[in-house]
Amino acid sequence: MAGYNMMRCGEFRTTYEKDTTIFPTPMSKKFALLGVLLCVVAPLQFGEFSLVSPTILTLMIQIGYLSIGALGLNILVGFTGQISLGHAAFFGFGAFASAWMNNDFSIPVFFSIPLAGVLTMAIGMLFGMPAARIKGLYLAIATLASQFILEDFFARADWFTGGSAGALANPFELFGFQLSGDRSYYYVVLFYMIAMYILAANLMRSRDGRAFVAVRDHYLSAEVMGINLTWYRVLSFGISSFYAGIAGALFAHYLQYVSVESFNLFLSIQFIGMIIIGGLGSVMGSLMGTAFMVLLPEVMQGAAGMITSTDWGNIPAITEGINFMKEMVIGLAIVLFLIFEPDGLAHRWRMIKAYWKLYPFSY
Amino acid sequence: MTGQTTPILEVDDISLRFGGVRALSNVSFNVNKGELFSIIGPNGAGKTSLLNCVSGRYSPQEGSIKFKGQEVTKMTPNHRAELGMGRTFQNLALFAHMSVLDNIMVGRHHLMKNNFLSGGIYWFGGAQKEELIHRREAEDIIDFLEISHIRKSVAGTLSYGLRKRVELARAVALRPDLILLDEPMAGMNLEEKEDMARYIVDLNEEWGMTVIMIEHDMGVVMDISERVMVLDFGKNIAEGLPHEIMSNDYVKRAYLGEEDDADENASDEVA
Ligand SMILES: Nc1ncnc2c1ncn2[C@@H]1O[C@H](COP(=O)(O)OP(=O)(O)OP(=O)(O)O)[C@@H](O)[C@H]1O
Ligand SMILES: [Mg+2]
Repeated sequence: MAGYNMMRCGEFRTTYEKDTTIFPTPMSKKFALLGVLLCVVAPLQFGEFSLVSPTILTLMIQIGYLSIGALGLNILVGFTGQISLGHAAFFGFGAFASAWMNNDFSIPVFFSIPLAGVLTMAIGMLFGMPAARIKGLYLAIATLASQFILEDFFARADWFTGGSAGALANPFELFGFQLSGDRSYYYVVLFYMIAMYILAANLMRSRDGRAFVAVRDHYLSAEVMGINLTWYRVLSFGISSFYAGIAGALFAHYLQYVSVESFNLFLSIQFIGMIIIGGLGSVMGSLMGTAFMVLLPEVMQGAAGMITSTDWGNIPAITEGINFMKEMVIGLAIVLFLIFEPDGLAHRWRMIKAYWKLYPFSY
Repeated sequence: MTGQTTPILEVDDISLRFGGVRALSNVSFNVNKGELFSIIGPNGAGKTSLLNCVSGRYSPQEGSIKFKGQEVTKMTPNHRAELGMGRTFQNLALFAHMSVLDNIMVGRHHLMKNNFLSGGIYWFGGAQKEELIHRREAEDIIDFLEISHIRKSVAGTLSYGLRKRVELARAVALRPDLILLDEPMAGMNLEEKEDMARYIVDLNEEWGMTVIMIEHDMGVVMDISERVMVLDFGKNIAEGLPHEIMSNDYVKRAYLGEEDDADENASDEVA
């Protein structure tokens, strides 16, 4: 929807149906299917052997649920042109809501995850009401308020969150069968991730998705086209929170413990970082940005490990500096992307594809 | 006026002020169903403000506006669009990052039913079918306005003349009964103007749309309009058939006065 149209050269569509597919080219469809296949097969375990170590599996699960949250924020920010500094709070709300429904009402986790999404959607629309009237910086401040209000609520509402003790969340179960271990839970996350990404891709090629982009690009003419601005601005908060809620619920049943401190402003900023790095207004960019954000500290850790294992590791100034760097690097990454790659990884990826398609006539 | 035609738009005594500026003072006029009605007047006369009152962007402090017999003065712009009003803007207002096709599909918004739920499950809830039906409608409009070669282009990258045409396409996609055009030919070359005039006449005659057009090019206005209204300093100073407007003394002085001056200057020089 970001509007780039780079088909394989010499390609012509014969029907409107073929012309409105999610994937711009058959090649990109094959590529996506290959990616999905890889995600399904790689973590399989054969006896003792698996391609994916437990550490990497953990990272993949993290990328999975966080990318759902990031996609939600991208619908709000990248596609509808609004802003939220409170996305982590909705993520947290979904985590608590699913644990709460499962613990207090014995709703199976299988159902409590989507229900948590719906409940978070309602809360998101409530907190998104100001968006009907205000924009830009003022909206940013209003959503910052919702971040703090919800954080405060988490700390006080013992009945919902367990207060300072936090909430225990049961492992995922399916019709009485409990899934144990990261490897099986990974597939639950993968299923949700693929489903939520397909939903978003479909949304963006149908009526309401176009309305979001219209509101972003020119709200006055959107209104003249019959688009109800209030509804779409608030709905965008709703859908974004639905995604955050599902993501949070998946997080809760993965860690099986939800602490009231996990969902702070820093996580909200990280979500914003993911979509800026991945590409505002790009569905797949949300995934790329999340992977980048999750993997960056790991790479940093690895690099730090390499440096500290040399002679330099004995110099305190350097070891301390490295720890400090790790915290700063996320902020630095966002700034660098804003300056040098404002369209995000998704755009860079398209450029690379376009280059190879025309290779060697790449001019 | 023959008296038997039904008015589609009834503007009754509206006044619009911005602080101390009186943009419109007690303007009244009717536009009949099926008419091609033009509004002329010098810069700052209040033409765009008047169109904004009709489309719902501004609400006049006094007076009332009726569309198809229904009171719309306080209605939101999107509601008016649903009732069958479409418009283009004087300064381009396309969805710059969308393709031309998507811009036009946004125009189908109020005629479509699929939403975030059925749209999300695209293949199963009928959304795909509906999208394809409306895609066909969009293609008809694309063919009519001869923009098929740019249907996949990003709207913001097009030339000025093409963007004007896409904006018209988007407004036509609403299938409005009344279409409001704010200077559709401004900044165009002669050829583009001729094309645009032809599209407007076709929309009026073949697509059955009532047209209200603001235009500075007097040649085009007098050529294609059925009736013309003249605004000056926010007031309706004349209204009538094109030839009546051309011979109206007040119009000659207030609006066409420049030409007289030019002639006088020319004759002075000769003398
Ligand atoms: N939003 C606004 N706020 C303040 N004043 C405005 C606003 N819109 C229009 N005006 C004023 O109202 C008057 C009429 O402006 P309008 O744009 O309607 O003129 P116009 O006839 O369309 O002129 P043009 O031929 O230049 O497009 C002008 O004096 C203008 O400054
Ligand atoms: Mg104007």
